[in-house]
Amino acid sequence: MHNPQLNRKGELQHLLTLDGLPAAILKQILDIAEPFTEVAEREVKKLPLLRGKSVFNVFFENSTRTRTTFEIAAKRLSADVINLNVATSSTNKGETLLDTIDNLCAMGADMFVVRHATSGAPYLIADHLRNTGREHISVVNAGDGRHAHPTQGLLDMYTIRHYKKDFSQLTVAIVGDVLHSRVARSEIAALATLGVPEIRVIAPKTLLPTNVERMGVHVYHDMREGLKGVDVVMMLRLQNERMQGALLPSSQEYFKCYGLTQEKLELAKPDAIVLHPGPMNRGVEIDSAVADGKHAVILPQVTFGIAVRMAVMSMLAGQ
Amino acid sequence: MKIRIANGRLIDPVNHIDAQRDLYIAEGKILAVGDVPDGFVADRTVDAKGMVVMPGLVDLSARLREPGFEYRATLESEMQAAMAGGVTSLACPPDTDPVLDEPGLVEMLCFRAKNMNCAHVYPVGALSFKLEGKRITEMAELVEAGCVAFSQVNTPIVDTQVLMRAMQYAATFGFRVWLQPIDPFLSKGGVAHDGEVASRMGLAGIPVEAETVALETYLSLARLTGVKLHLTRISSAAAIECIERARAKGLDVTCDVAAHHLHLCDHDIGYFNPQCHVVPPLRSQSDRAALRAALADGRINAVCSDHTPVDDDGKQMPFAEAETGVTGLELLLPLTLKWAQEEKLPLLKALARVTADSAAIMGITKGGHLSPGARADVCVFDPEGWFKVSREALKSLGKNTPFLGLELPGVVRYTLVEGRIMFGA
Repeated sequence: MHNPQLNRKGELQHLLTLDGLPAAILKQILDIAEPFTEVAEREVKKLPLLRGKSVFNVFFENSTRTRTTFEIAAKRLSADVINLNVATSSTNKGETLLDTIDNLCAMGADMFVVRHATSGAPYLIADHLRNTGREHISVVNAGDGRHAHPTQGLLDMYTIRHYKKDFSQLTVAIVGDVLHSRVARSEIAALATLGVPEIRVIAPKTLLPTNVERMGVHVYHDMREGLKGVDVVMMLRLQNERMQGALLPSSQEYFKCYGLTQEKLELAKPDAIVLHPGPMNRGVEIDSAVADGKHAVILPQVTFGIAVRMAVMSMLAGQ
Repeated sequence: MKIRIANGRLIDPVNHIDAQRDLYIAEGKILAVGDVPDGFVADRTVDAKGMVVMPGLVDLSARLREPGFEYRATLESEMQAAMAGGVTSLACPPDTDPVLDEPGLVEMLCFRAKNMNCAHVYPVGALSFKLEGKRITEMAELVEAGCVAFSQVNTPIVDTQVLMRAMQYAATFGFRVWLQPIDPFLSKGGVAHDGEVASRMGLAGIPVEAETVALETYLSLARLTGVKLHLTRISSAAAIECIERARAKGLDVTCDVAAHHLHLCDHDIGYFNPQCHVVPPLRSQSDRAALRAALADGRINAVCSDHTPVDDDGKQMPFAEAETGVTGLELLLPLTLKWAQEEKLPLLKALARVTADSAAIMGITKGGHLSPGARADVCVFDPEGWFKVSREALKSLGKNTPFLGLELPGVVRYTLVEGRIMFGA
């Protein structure tokens, strides 16, 4: 089976997932991102790498943060950015996904940044572009269903590398709703590829996917046990709709068992860092004291995210 | 017309024949096997040297998409597919639009099918009105109209009291009930086998227990009501064990598997291939191995195509949103042969699963074998030939199959229905 995100030379053609991507490419992206962090500090925050290129942010699912950071990244590379929020609902389908893509291709798109509520949707688009001889158009997955959020995973790796330098000695804990989280899947894939020796997931059984241990993680249901001696705590966002019903009884109980508090964080290494993909639910998965505390690197994550997205886009554009 | 099919390797599981024998056909019926009957002069002799001559295949599930889904496939197109696949009898599930829950609809379907003079179509009636699981259908009337069994297809009856009543009512008349074990809650929202692959890909899972929990309920109610129960599209090793436990306690129950489940597992989803979105889901490698073994030793009684033509628009969607089902009429024989080859099974045994055994489940006696006096429904295929699966090669309007591009063993050369050559020159 061909790898749909690499071209025949083994270079990045699309960014669809971090799962299965060679470590060399992951590191290459992080290395390329490094100098881009300085662009934000310049008086003129622009590079000409994507001048004349049209980047279409096609969001089939609402997002403000991710779309904005992609937009900033593309604009700093001098691309023309077009934002589309394509409202879809299962009852009123209207135009098909591929019809939308064909139309945007006809408008001269060079790159699609796609978010979709259904796992695998960006693969369908990449496959369609290949089948119709439009390999020159790249697809960046900005989050698909529960499957992957590769740029989030990459910016998390960038953040960890920035603070911890070396992946090979780390113990990392991912806490929260792994079952529904594309972020968690991308993080696990990237951490494993980059050689992190111990990856833990901490969650109640209702929020863990079946056979999660086959992804190469150690499972903890007791948060205090799971946080012992970790270097990195990666919190996951808990969606509001999950908080009542059969998955969890209440947000209060969730916070009691799986919310990150100062007291629980003290079980981690003294220099542990805390990441969160945002937006945070204070008092649900994370206590304000931790979110604003000295271990948190949540705002630097956002800044690094722009650099990482610039790196991905410039690589896909062949620069 | 009198036809002699000469020099072929005749395989007829019902009569335990696997030998070089000539087949003599007259007036739409099998006249004799082996020795030429007195005074028989063939109008046409078909040379079947090097080929296998077998009863036409009997498929337990083929959606013809009429009425209601003519944009996906038509009776005409799918009958051509059946002929190209050597399928001469098929059961048609009731999930049409409208649902096959009224005698008039069933009569119309039988009438339209009969006029085409192709495969014999045996409608399966809806067990509940509109398949909604609330009100039972007029089963006696539906049987009179032509139904051979009653089913809920993929929409299980949620209310177990209604299910019990439906079984009781069917048992009153000795009607067959075919049920697909699906727990509506455990399968809710799921699109793939709940295992490592679905977890990694972020696809909502359907646990094996969605099958076994429903199965235990059905088996208990079958014991209670005495209904003639057949379980459709078994997908897991655990389900086979459930059925075997019930059989050990004396319950007489049959089951089938879809041909694609013998060859594919959840890993075949690959990079979200929507062609692998099927109901029940493709399960693990060990489940697949268990299905293959159980079909070989008869714990699973028959294999069917579960033919479901879907147009390209219905499949060119993200995995979870894509319509379910595969096209299968033309692949039933090749996939059965492939399974038999790989499991090193004698053809006599393997081909029973698509002829005699499936005919027995449907309760038809005139097809599925080559006894003198039976309908002359015959399939002649080249066992050395390879069928290259391609959009062009498939007669069905549904080109939806994960086997596209593959070469499968066995090429159908002739299909006869009641003594008429409907496929092949």
